Parts: sequence; structure tokens; C-alpha cells
Amino acid sequence: MVKIISYLGLIFWAQLSMSSEGGTKLMQANVDIANTVSLQNGAKLFINYCVSCHSAEYMRYNRMAKDLGLSDDMVKKNLMFASDKIGDTMTIAMRPDDAEQWFGVRPPDLSVIARSKGVDYLYSFLNGFYVDPSRPTGVNNYYYPNTAMPHVLWELQGLQDNHGDAYQTSSDGEMTPVQYQQATRDLVAFLDYVGEPAKLVRYKIGFWVIAFLLVLFLVACMVKKEYWKDIH
Amino acid sequence: MKSVIVKNVLGLRDWIDQRFPLIQLWNEHVGQYYAPKNFNFWYYFGVLALVVLVIQIVTGIWLVMSYKPDANFAFASVEYIMRDVEWGWLIRYMHSTGASFFFIVIYLHMFRGIMYGSYQKPRELLWILGMCLYLALMAEAFFGYLLPWGQMSYWGAQVIISLFGAIPFVGETLSLWIRGDYVVSDITLNRFFAFHVIALPFAIAGLVVLHILALHHVGSNNPDGIDIKANKNAQGKPVDGIPFHPYYTTKDAPAVVALLILMAVVIFFAPEMGGYFLEHNNFVPADPLTTPEHIAPVWYFTPFYSILRANTVNFFMVPAKLWGVIFMGLGTMVFFLLPWLDKGKVRSIRYRGWIYKTALGLFVVSFLILGYLGLLPPTPARTALAQVCTVIYFLFFLLMPFYTKWDKTKPVPERVT
Repeated sequence: MVKIISYLGLIFWAQLSMSSEGGTKLMQANVDIANTVSLQNGAKLFINYCVSCHSAEYMRYNRMAKDLGLSDDMVKKNLMFASDKIGDTMTIAMRPDDAEQWFGVRPPDLSVIARSKGVDYLYSFLNGFYVDPSRPTGVNNYYYPNTAMPHVLWELQGLQDNHGDAYQTSSDGEMTPVQYQQATRDLVAFLDYVGEPAKLVRYKIGFWVIAFLLVLFLVACMVKKEYWKDIH
Repeated sequence: MKSVIVKNVLGLRDWIDQRFPLIQLWNEHVGQYYAPKNFNFWYYFGVLALVVLVIQIVTGIWLVMSYKPDANFAFASVEYIMRDVEWGWLIRYMHSTGASFFFIVIYLHMFRGIMYGSYQKPRELLWILGMCLYLALMAEAFFGYLLPWGQMSYWGAQVIISLFGAIPFVGETLSLWIRGDYVVSDITLNRFFAFHVIALPFAIAGLVVLHILALHHVGSNNPDGIDIKANKNAQGKPVDGIPFHPYYTTKDAPAVVALLILMAVVIFFAPEMGGYFLEHNNFVPADPLTTPEHIAPVWYFTPFYSILRANTVNFFMVPAKLWGVIFMGLGTMVFFLLPWLDKGKVRSIRYRGWIYKTALGLFVVSFLILGYLGLLPPTPARTALAQVCTVIYFLFFLLMPFYTKWDKTKPVPERVT
């Protein structure tokens, strides 16, 4: 009897936890935003490959320079178009109407994309392009089927065929698969930082705030004990 | 030298006291307010709610300094606060974390009241004022949630306002009147902003004053549910009472610090709390043309959202949606009736019998399950479970007059334990 009940309970539980959305398993991004070199590399990739279509309109170049340990001059020379001012945000020249005509959709702003989609999704997406001649861009994406985005990083990764969730390289890129994964990890780490620049400091500050509060807690407990000595 | 300062301070105090009942107020509410000496863990949450209220008001003032209640700038201004305003991220996270903590603290505070029968005579009005505060807090949270102008803000508001459309005859007109437009738009954002930063904070502050005045008039209940005023010493002070200051000020202080520690853990290490305190989809700017796949309210509304969705049957010529709205409304309002539904001879759960304890346990479990289900997209199995829990939820109140009467209670001691 107990067995039957627990079995029924198990079935019920399985039905409860059954998700109605498709359960594509994401790859693990394992980003480390404390690693400044990784963020710098990500910034380079972001500026070279993403900012021609995607803006990051809440992110300022000089904030990035400061947080990533770069000088304003370095950023101006290597990571900015000549006309931009260092205090500007990362906007794009492409007009929204043009974008819609070319891609069918307006490429989303990437300022807080890591916060809405999550780093694992972004990492999976960047690693999920495969050859699909039926698409206008020639590629499709395993994690975002029928995406309008072309495989911008194909020169680096090469192209891959999709066999279920296993890939096979069909043409080699400039990078080995391991190098490409590291590069996309850096890029996603940078997007994670861009999503919330305060992340770089809030852990450190939080540690001291909590340490202070713990001391205060002990003092408050001692005061209470002293005052309550006579209450029984 | 020191004595001169003391003399001047005391002089100022007396000068004020001759013109304002300073010492009298202090004594009535702090220095000579006698509270039962047997308060336990559950009695911290009143003062903690007050602390969170102060945090919300102070951080709120600073947020308004940089926030722009305009459909074109609202989302950007929140990101401006997060990036360009000095310590803006901290102020914003304190406010967003404070909102969730407010509900955690209030739910525990209400549970304390139910558990120890704090709503019973003579504290009915105190309970009603508290319930008004709870409703005002829900409205405050609902209005505030639109302000970041993300997808969840937008569609959450759209869904809740459209619920008014289920009311027969006037529904559509009413929801149009609330929105000020055919869809949630800039005008809606502006009026929600007005309610969030002016109307409801005023109402809440006023109700808090009334709540405390009512409490200090009838005196605090305690975990034994005993009237401490029945046992007074020669000076007319309750034998089992102790002055609020210095005893409860010093006892509450560590609890306040503990709350701040818990809040700091969230603020600094998990401000999104896995998407429960700040929803992932709310980092996508509001888009009236794209409905998100799954719209869920923030966790503190999900029990009632579940009740709403659990109504799937049209009957008595009333559509299921309207039943949902009715039961959701009843689900929040039914607490008002507790003082009159409870026919028990004792206040505290300590002296009640097994029937009441079982009923309360089932109620808490069904409330939690409803809250959990409200976070998830519905499936047939989930809806069935939500329906069972909704029935238990309402039976707790509906049957209360009977089981509290039949329940075998234990004798209540003369003095607090």
C-alpha cells in the first residue's frame, strides 16, 4: 500500500515538475569576471564583432576603460571610432529602420542582455551555430532556432554541421575549438560585466559590510544580555 | 563643563515639554509602555517591518532623485541609476531587496498574530488596521513594480488591470479608467508613480501610527495569550510586564542587525535572488507589441495568483475568470473576519487542541504550495493541485467557527510561562 502511494506520488511529482517550455540543455559558460585579461579580450571581440550591429547604449567607454584597467587613450585608439567621445555610450550608426529591412528584426541592445538571458544562454548561442542552407544567412542556431543573426564569428570558429546535439566541423576557422570556446567565454564574461558594472565591486564591499554587521550583532547581543540579567 | 551641557540639554527638554507633551509621549509609548516579558522569536517582526519601512522610504527618496517616470526614459533612468549615479546600484538593490523582505517580514508578522490569537478581543481593531496596512502594502508593491518599465513590469500591470475587466457591466470602463488608456502606457506609468511615491506611502505611514496607537491602547498579546493587565503590583504595573525601554529596545537591536545581515547577503551577493526578487525578463524594456511567453507576478503575490488561475469552471452563469477574481479578492479580504470566525476559548496555539493545530498546519502548507505553483506556468496537474489547495485555504476560514468551538483546549495558566 505504502509502495503504491509513494509510486503515485512520484508520478504526480513528475507531472508537476514537467515544464511546459522546451528543455534545451544549455552549455556552462563558467565566466570569471574577476579575470581582467578575460574581460579585456571580451571587450576587444565585442567592439570588433558585435558593435557594428548591436549597441550597448547604457555602457560608457570611459567606464569600461576604468574598470578594465585601460587608459582612455588606449580605448580611443583601439576600441573606438574616431568621432566618439570617451564619455559616450556604445551606440551604433546603423539606423533601426535599415536594420529591420536587412535582418527582419532590430538587433537588440546588449547592455543588459546577460541579465535577461543569462550567461549560459549567451555562451551556448555563440557556440550553437550550424550550417543550414534553408536559412537566408546560411546558418541556424541550435539554442535559438531560426535566429535572424548571421554567424558573425564564423571566421574564428569555422562552420559546423548539426547532428542532434553533437557537432562536426565542416570547415576550419582561425581558432581551434578550445580557443574558440575560450574566446566566446571571454566575450560572455564581458557582457556579464556590461550588464552590471557594479558586480566588480559589490562582492568586495559586501564582505566588509557583513563583517561590520556581525561585530555589531555581537555587541548588540552583549548589551541585551547585560540589560536582561534581572528578568526571569 | 559637562554639567553645563547636561543642564542645557535638560533645559531644552523642559522648554519643549512645557509646550509639547514630549515626556508624556515618551513614557506612554516607550519608557513606561509595559510589554509582556515572555515575547519569543515571533515578536520581532513588528519592529522589523518598521525598520524595512524606513529603509524603503529613505532609499525611495534617493531613487526618485534620479528616476524618470516617462515611458521613453524610465528603463534607461533605472540603468542610469545602476551605472552612473554614485552608489546608485546599492540604493536600488536596497529598495528592490527591501520590497521582498517587507513581505517576508509581514507574512511572518501576520502568522504570529494568527498563531497566538492576537486578533481576538480586545484587539479586533488592531488586527483590522494591520490588514489595511497589508492591503496598502500590496498596492504599494504593485504600483512600484511598474516603474522599472521592463517586460514583467508592463505585462504584470496589464494582466492585473485587465482583471477588473471581468467585473460585469462596468469592468471594461473601470479598467480603462484605471489605465487612462487602452493599453498600459505613459499615462499609466505617471499615475502609478504618483500613487507609489505619494499616496500610498502617506497612507502606510498614517496606518502605522494608528496601528501602534491601537496596540499601545490595548497592550501587546503574548505567546501564552494571557492578559498581563489582570495581574498588577502595588504600583499598578503588570507583574509580568517590563518597560519597552530599555528591555525591548535592547532585545530588538540584535534582531534588527540580523535582518540587516540577511538583507546585505542578498543585496551584495544575490540581488536578483535567482530571478525571484528581480525577474530576468524585467531586464528587457517594456514592449507593448511582444507578450512574454510566461507572465508571473513577483513571489509575494503568487499564492493569490494561483487562486485566480485555479478557477477554471464557468458556473451559475458566471465565467471562470470572474470567479477567479472573486476568489482572489476573497482570499486577501477573508483575514479581516478572523476575529469573528474564531470561537475558541483560548488565544494561543499553546493551549489549543489538535484540530486547530492541524487546520493551521494545512492552511500554511496550502498557502506555500499555492505560492510555489503561482511561479510556474500552469499544467493540468498543477492546476488540479492548486484547486485542492484553494479549497483547503478557504475551508480554514469557513470551518473555523466550528472547529475552534469543538476543539479541546488546555487550561491557560494564571501567569506567563
